[in-house]
Amino acid sequence: MRYLPLSDADRAAMLDTIGAGSVDELFRDVPEAARLTGPIHGLPSHASEMAVERDMKGLAAKNVAAGDAPFFLGCGAYRHHIPASVDHLIQRGEFLTAYTPYQPEIAQGTLQVLFEFQTQVARLLGCEVANASMYDGSTACWEAIGMARRVTRRKKAILSSGLHPHYVSVCRTMAKFTGDMLATAAPELSAETDAERLVAAIDGETSCVVVQYPDILGRIADLAPIAEAAHAAGALLVAVVTEPVALGLIKAPGEMGADIVVGEGQSIGVGLQFGGPYVGLFATREKFVRQMPGRLAGETVDAAGKRGFVLTLSTREQHIRREKATSNICTNSGLCALAFSIHMTLLGEKGLTGLAKLNHARACEVADRLAAIPGIRVINDAFFNEFTLELPVEARPAVHAMVKKGVLGGVSLGRLYPDEDGLAKGLVVAVTETASDEDIGALESALKEVCQ
Amino acid sequence: MSVNPSGWRPSAPSAFESTAETVTGNRALMLEEPLLFEIGGRDQTGVDFDSVAEGKPRLGGLERGGLDLPGLSEPETVRHYTRLSRQNYAIDLGLFPLGSCTMKHNPRLNEKMARLPGFADIHPLQPQETVQGALECIDRLAFWLIELTGMQAVAMSPKAGAHGELCGLLCIRAALEARGDAREVVLVPESAHGTNPATAAFCGYRVEDIPATKDGRVDLGALKARLGPDVAAVMITNPNTCGLFEPEMKAISDAVHAAGGLVYCDGANFNAIVGKVRPGDLGIDAMHINLHKTFSTPHGGGGPGSGPVVLSAALAPFAPLPFVTKSGEGYRLIEEENAGEEHPRTFGRMTAFHGQMGMFTRALTYILSHGADGLRQVAEDSVLNANYVLRSLEDVLDAPFAHSGPCMHEAIFSDKGFAGGLSTIDVAKALIDEGFHPMTMYFPLVVHGAMLVEPTETESKAGLDQFIAALRSIAQRARAGDESLKAAPVHAPRRRLDETLAARKPVLAYRTPAPDGAGAAPLVGGG
Repeated sequence: MRYLPLSDADRAAMLDTIGAGSVDELFRDVPEAARLTGPIHGLPSHASEMAVERDMKGLAAKNVAAGDAPFFLGCGAYRHHIPASVDHLIQRGEFLTAYTPYQPEIAQGTLQVLFEFQTQVARLLGCEVANASMYDGSTACWEAIGMARRVTRRKKAILSSGLHPHYVSVCRTMAKFTGDMLATAAPELSAETDAERLVAAIDGETSCVVVQYPDILGRIADLAPIAEAAHAAGALLVAVVTEPVALGLIKAPGEMGADIVVGEGQSIGVGLQFGGPYVGLFATREKFVRQMPGRLAGETVDAAGKRGFVLTLSTREQHIRREKATSNICTNSGLCALAFSIHMTLLGEKGLTGLAKLNHARACEVADRLAAIPGIRVINDAFFNEFTLELPVEARPAVHAMVKKGVLGGVSLGRLYPDEDGLAKGLVVAVTETASDEDIGALESALKEVCQ
Repeated sequence: MSVNPSGWRPSAPSAFESTAETVTGNRALMLEEPLLFEIGGRDQTGVDFDSVAEGKPRLGGLERGGLDLPGLSEPETVRHYTRLSRQNYAIDLGLFPLGSCTMKHNPRLNEKMARLPGFADIHPLQPQETVQGALECIDRLAFWLIELTGMQAVAMSPKAGAHGELCGLLCIRAALEARGDAREVVLVPESAHGTNPATAAFCGYRVEDIPATKDGRVDLGALKARLGPDVAAVMITNPNTCGLFEPEMKAISDAVHAAGGLVYCDGANFNAIVGKVRPGDLGIDAMHINLHKTFSTPHGGGGPGSGPVVLSAALAPFAPLPFVTKSGEGYRLIEEENAGEEHPRTFGRMTAFHGQMGMFTRALTYILSHGADGLRQVAEDSVLNANYVLRSLEDVLDAPFAHSGPCMHEAIFSDKGFAGGLSTIDVAKALIDEGFHPMTMYFPLVVHGAMLVEPTETESKAGLDQFIAALRSIAQRARAGDESLKAAPVHAPRRRLDETLAARKPVLAYRTPAPDGAGAAPLVGGG
């Protein structure tokens, strides 16, 4: 057994030291009736590395990898090129096989990375402070609503119709149990966001308004008027960013007055991976930091006066506060935060801006070409790298028809909103730097054919 | 005879000694590394892009001014992170006996398989006919988890152990509400992980402690006395955080069920019993499995984890969306649109997508590598290693539960017997100087100055012997009152850090110093 170093002679010598006649004696607290005597029925025995690899490769081969087809999916997960050095560096054993930095003297690598990550995230989102990561964007979104409740001592959250429907689902699930009231709505196939509806809905009971930016249909609208209205009523503005690359080109939510900015950081450094693991971003104002969930790395000095980093403000956390903690989160998404941070370091402002411009220019080009197909309408006036089409046919079957032509052509709103007939013709198309001219041509002709 | 004219001679040890500080602050292979913000520049980058013809932007007039995000070239980036990595301790370097965390070897085959493009490069919203292998992978892992635990179903989407606890308690709450039986209290042993009470409170329950007996187990009598119509659930860790199996587990479950409640088991310590005991046979209704513990997915400096939750027949109908089902030739997802017909009692969705796929591929790879026989050996060797540590040190360290029999996969010691002024932290920090990661300190709360040692099954006897020798020597120094322990560590990249200062004056982001040196610029980023 290649992962088990003990030999039979070792085992015998150790049992001798322990004073036990057999390993079974060590399990004597387990009642006889609960013990399994042989291998579990139906499960195979151990296998060689080669055999396992063959088996797993067989499973992988049954999937169509995004890189093997013209690919235009977004809606909360984006395919970007990840520089080769990112994956090399996160596989260094000192990062990969370390744990939460409970012993800071021998975890300065992880702690400094987290401090740098927090700073990068805060600057990207336009906020004062950020935490050391959450599970993903959707759980960060819910945690933001919970934090707004603690800050305002109110329980009514107004969710924009442009918020990812799966994020709304997560919030609905949790709100059932915490007693938060959520005002929600489905989006409309229109260039206008629901900013006016949100502003009108704010009242003295509102804890927060939650707005996605760019939103689920790819639309972009100024958050400042919503922030003003929220603040006037004593409520907070929570902004949700699912495509952080956009912030290389458009104003940060923090700059427009958002009090809590959360996001899905997958786009930067983390692969698609069928939805996880991803990395939740969470940033806010310094004055709210003690209400913020999740781990925080902070600067300090050691006994010799040298700068160093530690986990701090842990009196908010479950292992100290137990049932009074701000959140039950323990493990976060450290390795994905590392990947995000490395990719962001490679990009820098210059690279991120360049990447964002490339995405936007590509998306503009594709939007124009698709809008020229008879019967297709681009609903967005403003967008970053993702926009919504209204097709002359239902989008859901169109997506499957495009798969038959070898094209992964977008996300149908029918998949995301199965109960909203008014959205059935909506197709959300994301265009990143990874789309080649050939890919774009393939999408164009596939869409033409399925729309006939 | 000719001499090398350059003056070269073979090097040889010298009699001279030097204690001079270095100019750089570096000490040979121990390299100091500044912050990214001190070495990077806004105009530096480590990536190249194809040039693009920019048209008129369609950004709604929301163009950003600047970001103040420094970049580095690729060689500088590689060096920055490589240098930082070397300031970390890791399993790859040595024994990492952090109790309750199961820091076992992370097989590299798992990493290789998770990176196959067929797993790593698929989008969560791809049409299901293009991700049949991914769905099959989830289904196969689910099958194994159900079989290994003897349960009825498994919810795969929880993102970590604490998220799994949340999933289990939400199932319990949904099941109780479905029978019109709202209850208010969750009972949690004093020795539980902090996540247990935090999770119960998050779900709207009032948390009450269950006391432990003197030998480190749940006090069955006290538990039975507290059960009643207001108790929704009991959260038990088994094997428990004192490193002991709860022999009365079945009786506990029966008592809770008889009182109309449900049993949640924290599966953090499943490594000790995998392949040996099935929690389903002990009457448990829900248990999360930390794939990053028992099934060796890497801890990554604090995540990502993965916390699938196995469920009893009573709770399976309430499991969260989405999940995978097999029908006919293929696999498909049960999501919001078909839940109404096929899974109407679900409590809802916990995360945007399908869970930690990257961890599923690693865990399945690990399970296939070990097989049923190997997993059983994992449990046996992990328990053997822990008992070896316990019995090798109980003469120099107080082992509060050693008298009551063998431990499971972790050995617990207390600070009883240390000379005045010396505490568990001093022993832990001295272990750092000996080249080991310390054990879990001051947890569980029921043991004073607790030291919880979990060696795991992937440590050799020789490695354990070295660890035992080091800890034995440190323990003897602690008993003898050797105050120099308080200086430890002295050989680590940093001496003891001032955590009080960090909390009193939090510095949570880098502030660019003002150019005139008059103090730091405002914290706010952006242009």
